[in-house]
Amino acid sequence: MTEEGKQKFRIRRDLLLILGLLILSALLWLALGLMPRGGVAVVTVDGAQFGRYPLSRDRQVVIPGYDGGENLLVIAEGAARVTEADCPDKLCIGFGAISRQHESIVCLPHRVVITIEGGEESGVDLP
Amino acid sequence: MKRTKRLTRLALLAALALVLSYLESLLPSPGIPGVKLGLANVAVVCALYWLGPLSAAAISLVRVVTVSLLFGSFPALAYSLAGAVLSLAVMSLVKKTGWLSPLGVSVLGGVTHNLGQVLMAALLLETPALLWYYPLLLVSGTLAGVFIGALGGLLLRRGDLVEDRER
Repeated sequence: MTEEGKQKFRIRRDLLLILGLLILSALLWLALGLMPRGGVAVVTVDGAQFGRYPLSRDRQVVIPGYDGGENLLVIAEGAARVTEADCPDKLCIGFGAISRQHESIVCLPHRVVITIEGGEESGVDLP
Repeated sequence: MKRTKRLTRLALLAALALVLSYLESLLPSPGIPGVKLGLANVAVVCALYWLGPLSAAAISLVRVVTVSLLFGSFPALAYSLAGAVLSLAVMSLVKKTGWLSPLGVSVLGGVTHNLGQVLMAALLLETPALLWYYPLLLVSGTLAGVFIGALGGLLLRRGDLVEDRER
């Protein structure tokens, strides 16, 4: 086959690859969207659990980070989000609101991880 | 290619990667974690085709370390490095098969860069749930890869012009 012919096939495969990846991500996204809404936001700081907060109760929690920084966790309308942080990149705010199981928010500099877990929980084990 | 010429090209592309990183830092960021254009990867893709995988790895390493020192924080280094290593390995392998053009190679580089970052984050933070963040990055990585691949392809086709001017 000529080099030109080969190149034509390569570009066709490129397009198939791009299409395939977009379809795959759409399917994965759909799978995440179909996840049941979670019941609790679990907060860990540097691997240790800091607290569990039911999404059913609106509240604001200041999370002290690993290096002395702070993230403000706001639970409202059944979703959790970080609205304020004193880290330089503020990427934790960029995660937006999370409410589905397995969704998470991460603040790398403060080693804070917020993950949504399932199940309705009573307020018994709240700190 | 003569050694001097090779070395010069390597240095040129490394400098280009740094400048492109700086240029991207001036552009407004989308503010979504992991979503990035990765403009500097134009230089890495070109290096892969002009000079081979080892040179591309050298440029990628120099860029990741220097950029982390100049503009970034230290934790970012581990994530960048994981993304760079995985994407470079995949791009080198796929290029070798000859199945895809630079565009497809760059797209795979984009999505595996993000995959490396997410895997590293899930590992370091011991939170496997972080992998659920990947679908979003799969979209942005694909689109970034298309952009970088198109730009890199353009440069690669113009490469012979550079060659001519050198003579």
